[in-house]
Amino acid sequence: MRQHILPALKLTAVCIGFFCGVYTLLIWGIAQASPAHGQGEKISVNGKVVGFALEGQSFTQDKYFWGRPSAVGYNAAGSAGSNKGPSNPDYLKDVQAKVDTFLAHNPGVKKEDIPSELVTYSGGGLDPDLSPAGAKVQVKRIAAVRKLTEQQLQLLIDKNTEGPLMGLLGPSKVNVLKLNIALDNLH
Amino acid sequence: MNTEITGVIAMYAITILLAIPLGKFIGKIYMGEANWSDRLFNPIDKLFYKLSGIKPEKEMNWKQHLAALLTMNLVWFLFSMLILMNMSWLPLNPDGNPSMPADLAFNTTISFVSNTNLQHYSGETGVSYLGQMVLMLFQFISAGAGMAACAVVFNAMRERTTEKPGNFYYYFVRSCTRVLLPLSIILAVILLFNGTPMTFQGKDQFISMQGDTVHVSRGPAAAMIAIKQLGTNGGGFFGANSAQPMENPNYLTNMAEDISIILIPIAMVFALGHILKRKKFAWVVFGVMTVGFLLLVIPSIYYEMKGNPAVAGMGVHQNLGSMEGKEVRFGSAASAYWGVTTTVTSNGSVNAMHDSFTPLTGMFALWGMMINSFYGGVGVGFLNFYIFIIIAVFISGLMVGRTPEFLGKKIEAKEMKIATIIALLHTLLILSFTALSSYLFAHDPKAYASWLNNPGYHGFSEMLYEYTSSSANNGSGFEGLGDGVPFWNITCGIVMILSRFLPIIGPLAIAGILAKKKYVPESAGTLKTDTGTFGIMTFAVIIIVAALSFFPALALGPIAEFFGMTHP
Repeated sequence: MRQHILPALKLTAVCIGFFCGVYTLLIWGIAQASPAHGQGEKISVNGKVVGFALEGQSFTQDKYFWGRPSAVGYNAAGSAGSNKGPSNPDYLKDVQAKVDTFLAHNPGVKKEDIPSELVTYSGGGLDPDLSPAGAKVQVKRIAAVRKLTEQQLQLLIDKNTEGPLMGLLGPSKVNVLKLNIALDNLH
Repeated sequence: MNTEITGVIAMYAITILLAIPLGKFIGKIYMGEANWSDRLFNPIDKLFYKLSGIKPEKEMNWKQHLAALLTMNLVWFLFSMLILMNMSWLPLNPDGNPSMPADLAFNTTISFVSNTNLQHYSGETGVSYLGQMVLMLFQFISAGAGMAACAVVFNAMRERTTEKPGNFYYYFVRSCTRVLLPLSIILAVILLFNGTPMTFQGKDQFISMQGDTVHVSRGPAAAMIAIKQLGTNGGGFFGANSAQPMENPNYLTNMAEDISIILIPIAMVFALGHILKRKKFAWVVFGVMTVGFLLLVIPSIYYEMKGNPAVAGMGVHQNLGSMEGKEVRFGSAASAYWGVTTTVTSNGSVNAMHDSFTPLTGMFALWGMMINSFYGGVGVGFLNFYIFIIIAVFISGLMVGRTPEFLGKKIEAKEMKIATIIALLHTLLILSFTALSSYLFAHDPKAYASWLNNPGYHGFSEMLYEYTSSSANNGSGFEGLGDGVPFWNITCGIVMILSRFLPIIGPLAIAGILAKKKYVPESAGTLKTDTGTFGIMTFAVIIIVAALSFFPALALGPIAEFFGMTHP
């Protein structure tokens, strides 16, 4: 073993220099050429930062499209899911309560029209997206609060929907923050 | 066709298309055959050897290989403990995160040195940027060490008699610089240009549209996320791992990350084919692994897309499948696919919360880790498979009444004893520690109430999953488990250390002993190992040894939960 100690120490030191140093700085350098300079893409309204494009934020007011339930309350200083098992009775009560709340705020919507993503917690607690169906089921409520036509809102959702990658791969989605900014701009 | 399904098929197809040439490349660099990478990397490698005082041409016997590996790991252990327990006052800590207590530092150190990346802390609050960078270092070098051990076994399996299959440092340095480094740079760049942060500034803050002040964690993430996927490490920069949007911004990055998870494990099989000049044997190994993989992945995707029956009972519609713990941008198919790719390899990063998978998907994730060789971790995955091959050769030999031979070497009692001990170790560690924790919980549920996030069968699954993940050096979790306490830190640490090193020592010893034996050329009486029949035999051994021995435990957890939900 003794003959291996010196090489092990030296090789570890070289690896520290190379991977923690050279590799990290190289990636950091390339980041400076990327669109957000490695800082995370921010979204501004009238010159004021109102959020990060990739991170969902809390929308609870009736005049905005709501995002998904978050186990961390959209506090982006952390991230986590609910980690509730599919058969947990307390969890199922929680989902039922979310269904009831949604129905209370959205008169005229039937529960079979509620996509499950609106009543279940996202994986990281910061999911920025909804499926198009998840946005469309809220149209009635927002149209009533904002005195807009449902058709205007449907169009707005279609315009903000990102289809599958190359039209072929993965689900469609709507970024809730961008959708709500566009919604405010309708006035 | 459903775009979620086409996405998953595309991911797998691209992986295979990349793995075949990569495997050939890895074979070449281990054998020292000239190739395009020499011009760029020879100077870098020489610098490594020179600064470390290593003579890469000096061949070692299997015991020297082991000594080199274990000594390096000891150095890494001490270095990691030192940093993790002193992070609070060391540089690169803009968010003022604390140092780790000894038991958590012990767990985290073992976890990263052993290529497991089980995380009993959250990245945003539990480590400084310096801590993250040191953990990233281990993601490179623990993967490199596993690949080097595998390269030694490959070399020892060649058709000749030798005492000394190569130089450990040579394999190690080449794995790190020529395989892990360039692939990590490519993946990191893809991530950067899709929005993953890479900055040394601390938390940012903004005022949201509804007027809340929100703090946003950031950091040098892209560099770490790339190697965490490629090295089957899996330890995320942020707490929610690749479900956190900065860590995995969109479907494209999800594909790139998920392809990276199984790319090198599959490529290692083709590297074997190149080194032994037995392409057909490599395809048989690949075939067995792939059948096993598909048997786990297809039903997982089916059950996640079908949704949670209990939520369906409430009348809401689950067109997107079971969405609890999942992200909209990936959907349930790609989340289930990831769940299996990350558990059959020893990766353990997640893009959806495994604790919230429907019961049978959770079981397939568990099964992937219990078998731990359907592709498996970088390097060590094949070492696990090698054990099953040895057992399959021995059993087939007995069945047809011939001396068991594998690639021209006789398999005798000593090798079989080692193989059996290693094959049973995994079962022993998982089941006995799960039994211990279940005993503690069952006898005093009040004292240990903080352990489990879910009652009943699912609570049992949380404990079973934690030890399975530790023993498979996987690192994913049923994260509802309250595991940040000394009991879990210490027991999981013990399981990880045993299940990392013994399954490397065993195959290295067997391969070393076999390499020394006289080479017996193939004759009409030789058991052919590159046939479908032998593939089926190996598969049967895997199912009997690794899968059925866990069946009683699975029946108490996910299977009971499944029937409880569908036939209440």
